[in-house]
Amino acid sequence: MPRRARAGLAIPLLLLLAFVGVPLVGTEYWIGAILLPFLVLSLAGLGLNLLTGYAGQTSIGSGGFMAVGAFATFGFVVHGGVPLPLALLLAGLAAAGAGLVFGLPSDRIKGFYLMVSSLAAQFFFEWLFQKFPWFYNYGSSGTIALPRIAVFGLDVGSTLGRYYLTLTIVAGLTWFAANLMRSQTGRSFMAVRDMDTAAAVIGIPVYRAKLLAFAVSSFYLGIAGALWAFAYLGSASVQSFGISRSFQILFIIIIGGMGSIAGNFIGAAFISLLPLAIDHVAQALFAGHVDAGLLQNIEKAVFGVLIIWFLIKEPDGLARLFQTIGARLANWLRP
Amino acid sequence: MRRHLLSALMAGVLASTFLAPAARADGPAQYVPLPTYRVGAYASSGTLWWAGERDYFRYINEVEGGINGVKLDVEEFETEWSPDRTVEVYERVKNGKNGEPVAFFFTHGTPASYALIEKAATDQIPLIDPAGGRTESTDGTVFPYAFPLLFNYFSQASVGINYIAQKEGGLDKLKGKKIVTVYHDSAYGRETQAAVELLAKKYGFENIQVPVADPGNEQSPQWRQVREVKPDWVFLRTWGVSTPVAIKTAQRFGIPADHIIGDVWAGSEADVIPAGTAAKGYQALAPYPGGANFEIHDRLRKTILDTGKSDLKDPKFFGAVYYNIGLINAVLAVEALRTGQAHFGKRALNGEEGRWGFEHLTIDDARLKQIGFEGLLQPIKLSTTDHEGGGAARIQQWDGAKWVLVTDWIQADRETLRPLIEAKAAAYAKEHNIVPRNATAEN
Repeated sequence: MPRRARAGLAIPLLLLLAFVGVPLVGTEYWIGAILLPFLVLSLAGLGLNLLTGYAGQTSIGSGGFMAVGAFATFGFVVHGGVPLPLALLLAGLAAAGAGLVFGLPSDRIKGFYLMVSSLAAQFFFEWLFQKFPWFYNYGSSGTIALPRIAVFGLDVGSTLGRYYLTLTIVAGLTWFAANLMRSQTGRSFMAVRDMDTAAAVIGIPVYRAKLLAFAVSSFYLGIAGALWAFAYLGSASVQSFGISRSFQILFIIIIGGMGSIAGNFIGAAFISLLPLAIDHVAQALFAGHVDAGLLQNIEKAVFGVLIIWFLIKEPDGLARLFQTIGARLANWLRP
Repeated sequence: MRRHLLSALMAGVLASTFLAPAARADGPAQYVPLPTYRVGAYASSGTLWWAGERDYFRYINEVEGGINGVKLDVEEFETEWSPDRTVEVYERVKNGKNGEPVAFFFTHGTPASYALIEKAATDQIPLIDPAGGRTESTDGTVFPYAFPLLFNYFSQASVGINYIAQKEGGLDKLKGKKIVTVYHDSAYGRETQAAVELLAKKYGFENIQVPVADPGNEQSPQWRQVREVKPDWVFLRTWGVSTPVAIKTAQRFGIPADHIIGDVWAGSEADVIPAGTAAKGYQALAPYPGGANFEIHDRLRKTILDTGKSDLKDPKFFGAVYYNIGLINAVLAVEALRTGQAHFGKRALNGEEGRWGFEHLTIDDARLKQIGFEGLLQPIKLSTTDHEGGGAARIQQWDGAKWVLVTDWIQADRETLRPLIEAKAAAYAKEHNIVPRNATAEN
């Protein structure tokens, strides 16, 4: 009961901070180049976590589904003349459909083998969106960009506008995911993850649960892809959704914590903010004294060492680490 | 150990927050942020490129005392050639540093130029991407802040065709010839297609396009297809590992290297040395010729290289194609700043003033001689409507050990290609509700 109460207070506070506090104190660089990508990556992590962390189905095709979201949004706006919020929703559904198709093998394949089959999604979509010029409206270089970003006639093209758009979507979808995982659907996902034979025995339609997980996960990834392309970068090509993006998202959930909603945010912060922090520190301390190439390589090494250190410290992810620290603090504060 | 690591990090954060820079007495310097890639797949070419840029900037700062006394404050940021990270760097630096303004931003890659084109127009910061960039941004009335400087992709295609015509004995001899373009199947590889198609129609040669999927380390099917066509000439528009593989595979299928013409990004030492003897006779477009015997190299050798100030780790790469790319990019920026300073006063310039500088940049033969770039850089003249300004390249041929320049500057047929550029720019303007600037009113 007290745990619940604390959480109940923490989330509105966080939202208040994000919606009111950040725009008051944040500079354009902080909002546009640090918080925006962080939010989008958190959403992508959440998408993959629903599939891998909750339903136990491994995938490294996340980049492909993000590409579906981005290119579908572009297609709906440019070819179909659909207004943005609706286009975003339709693009999410398109990605969900794609996820459903690539989830079909999960009936027969499990674990690492499924992961390998999900690679097919990654390479297929990279090929698809490069091969057929219709997808990028016959531009000379295969890059997509939206003319202007407007929601219900309101221009949200400014940094702050894009931040609010992203924040609203991420907050809404996170709320939805948290509730979904507490519902019967979420319970059946976790049952499938923990032991699919047992789940089948107690009457959970295992295959349907798996497919649903693929669809929901891809929906989230598709929305994240569209936001990455249009709210953060402004334009994108398939290179933005390559295999390294898929790995980045996988690392977010491994480091943040599988099967945890908050873990995605912590993991995304770790993956996207830590290299920047290291870079800022290194630039401030050593720029000009140490060879630039060497410095860049050292930064990468430091980042790698920190990942290893955190994973040794807490194999269940940073979300768990924070939970433990919180519990200890609460214990210590208790009179 | 852990505590040490943490406290080191903390100290760094504190230092970066509180250490205020020493104020300069003589006005702020010009801030020159460079998004670079010294890590990752393209580091081997990048490292030489940044060495060239940094060496020239250092030469300006330390030997010439800055541009009219205004020092250049150069800072590097790692991007691993990822446009996503270049966007972050751009956001980080676009407002300058400690009161030092940014006058231009080198994107160092076509994808990054694409990603930034709208942001930069809003922020009024010129994006400079020599021999790259978005081709239609040559039309500065629609793209005031994008500069595919020196040699855009359409010009690259045109110079390739013009050189073939020269070898065949005239443009009229192109009729009925078979010219195959083997290209890297990416944004970069496809950029020239529209231009070659137009030229094929004009001159009556047969245009055959053969894509190579990334990364291109196995190309037998492609070259079998090329051999079946029995081409008269091959235009090779590959990049990275796909270039040496293409040259080697071509030899296996009996296509002579001296009938293959590489484009700008398939014409460095890194592209031919791995291909071994197969590359002997291979030719490439060279808006950035290789070689260390130009006047500027003598000056740099004396003042930078021999005094141990060079950024090059191995002096053997002094004068390599990528090193010279760096030199040329740097000199174009320096001369544009000089042009801007002549108009706005001898001080650091902001983005809008930087754009003015680039749009009025003129480097003629006399100036080339003064700055020591004769033969290395072509004469260049930009304007509001022309953000390219050059459009020529020399041809260099690999003799098995080094690049040898075999022609003087060959000009692209820019008049023929201009309507295509204008049409694309107009389509962009319509899509983005941009009213093109009046070219004559603004000066």
